[in-house]
Amino acid sequence: MLQHVVRSTVIDAPIERVWAVLRDFNSHDRWHEVVTESRIEGDERSDQVGCVRSFTLDDGNRIREQLIALSDSEHKSTYCIVEATVPLQRYVATVTLKPVTDGDRTFWHWESTFATPPGRERELREMVARDVYEAGFTNLRRHLREGGDRRASGLAAAMPSALPLPSRSAIAHHYGGPEVLQPGDGEAAAPGPGEVRIRQRAIGVNYIDVYLRKGWIPAMLPLPGVPGMEAVGTVVDVGAGVSGVLPGDRVAYLGSTAGAYCNVRTVPAEWVVRLPAGVEDDVAAATLLKGITADVLLRDLGHVGAGTRLLVHAAAGGVGLLVCSWARRLGAVVIGTVSSEAKARVAREHGCGHPIVTSEHRFAEVVQAQFGGADVVIDGIGDAARDENFAALARRGHWISLGQASGALRPIAADQLVQKSITFSRPAVFDYVATQAQLAERAQRVWTALADGTLKAPPIERHSLGAAAEAHARLESRRTIGALVLIA
Amino acid sequence: MIRVYTSSVIDASADTVWSRIRDFNGMPQWHPGIADSRIENGDASDRVGCIRHFHTRDGGMIRERLLALSDYDYSCVYEILESPMGVENYVATLKLTPVTDGARCFAEWSAEFDCAETRETELVETIGDRVFQGGFDALKAHFSRR
Repeated sequence: MLQHVVRSTVIDAPIERVWAVLRDFNSHDRWHEVVTESRIEGDERSDQVGCVRSFTLDDGNRIREQLIALSDSEHKSTYCIVEATVPLQRYVATVTLKPVTDGDRTFWHWESTFATPPGRERELREMVARDVYEAGFTNLRRHLREGGDRRASGLAAAMPSALPLPSRSAIAHHYGGPEVLQPGDGEAAAPGPGEVRIRQRAIGVNYIDVYLRKGWIPAMLPLPGVPGMEAVGTVVDVGAGVSGVLPGDRVAYLGSTAGAYCNVRTVPAEWVVRLPAGVEDDVAAATLLKGITADVLLRDLGHVGAGTRLLVHAAAGGVGLLVCSWARRLGAVVIGTVSSEAKARVAREHGCGHPIVTSEHRFAEVVQAQFGGADVVIDGIGDAARDENFAALARRGHWISLGQASGALRPIAADQLVQKSITFSRPAVFDYVATQAQLAERAQRVWTALADGTLKAPPIERHSLGAAAEAHARLESRRTIGALVLIA
Repeated sequence: MIRVYTSSVIDASADTVWSRIRDFNGMPQWHPGIADSRIENGDASDRVGCIRHFHTRDGGMIRERLLALSDYDYSCVYEILESPMGVENYVATLKLTPVTDGARCFAEWSAEFDCAETRETELVETIGDRVFQGGFDALKAHFSRR
């Protein structure tokens, strides 16, 4: 006759903590005193259904057991003996945990059925019930009380991921011109809880990097400091509690804390998005922050649609070209200022229907004469174009001050705005991607727009990470067309 | 489908607790939220399929049908036929399991149902805290007094 043994108890710990120990089929030699040594056969993981644990009891008996079912939703593990020096035949056991919601404790139910040689039923039933199950309850209680489950296992301690990795960077020891960016050697710390360490291949260069290098926003770049807000690479390792990305994933990130000009970096996982296979590294580095900026400008702030008269400055720059091509698809009348005929040609190729070539920021007269004013102005120039922008705006126009490449914008009096019912905004893009969900949604919109041709990737000028100073000098020279990317 | 799950440990054997809660018509004797109860059609209260017709202390009338009763598992399953709660497809299970180390038992009370999305939070609280936990608290108090 089949023997049936049931033992149960209540453990004074939350179910998640108890289950974390019991779901590991090879944990019993760490908490059950009767088990002296246990290992998983082959190279299988200890939570792989079908894996076999081979262990020795303190009385010298040897047992091989196979995990035949594991459920994280029911907190249930079922296993059977496949070979043993004790005469337990057809032994199948199930461990089930249930939460005691009244007090955050755990109900633990352990039962088995088995056959025995004639005459040894009672002896073996007692052995299973007392020496294995009841002793197990006592042993696990002590294990948890002593924090045995919270000590890092030997495996985790030995993992190389716990070590910092060397990281090359471009670092500023002073604020100033491009030449303050110098090669530096640092470390990328092992990822802590909620962090991801990334080996970077391509780094986006943005005008904000220039502002930080000049010392315009010291709080965002304390010295010595590494600029850079975005990069693309491969995940090396992840810290505790990180879901959604795994080592080996191609990713891009965007964060409000500078430090991207390097080749290995540890960042919060909530900055990180996975990269679709169709988007190349340098294209992603050239379009993540700039594309999301275009999305914020056109959708959230400009409400740009069919017939909107849009004036964008630096139309052949990284953001400018993306704004032109996206706005064209939305049906806008796209007017752009550029500083040369060559830039006008590229801007036109990217959807700018009406490029205006001007090196002195003179455009208001043309915009008023040909289009009756602009409904939306996207302004990265700042002070030098202040009065022209005001003159170029149509009634109820919207002025978006995105940057100040020519110098800080002098204050604008509210009474000046009322003359044409003008609205003014001064966005920081990071406020629009403050959560991982917002970042993922906007990044996806950029990748989708690139894939279906709505967005045309800008020309990319590549510099090595060691030549970050040259890249900045080029960007400030106003001679570049499209986006700049550093290759790590 | 919404699921509510409440569980507790009661300091008496499953047999003892079961004898107090087994009677499908006996809620007023042990649950503080129930005012009265009758079984419709003169059925026996342990006949699977019987309907209990009762009032809560706040005056609400509820009709529930016994769907399963197991003295072997110490469990009973029932559904709501009529109630002022605004729930549909409501099926609940009350079950005891012995705790072998000590004269205690593990008690589980769970329900699955559909309701308007706006009322989910309120219903989960009412059912989980007032009805289920309220019943467990009464049982715990009763068996600790002995």
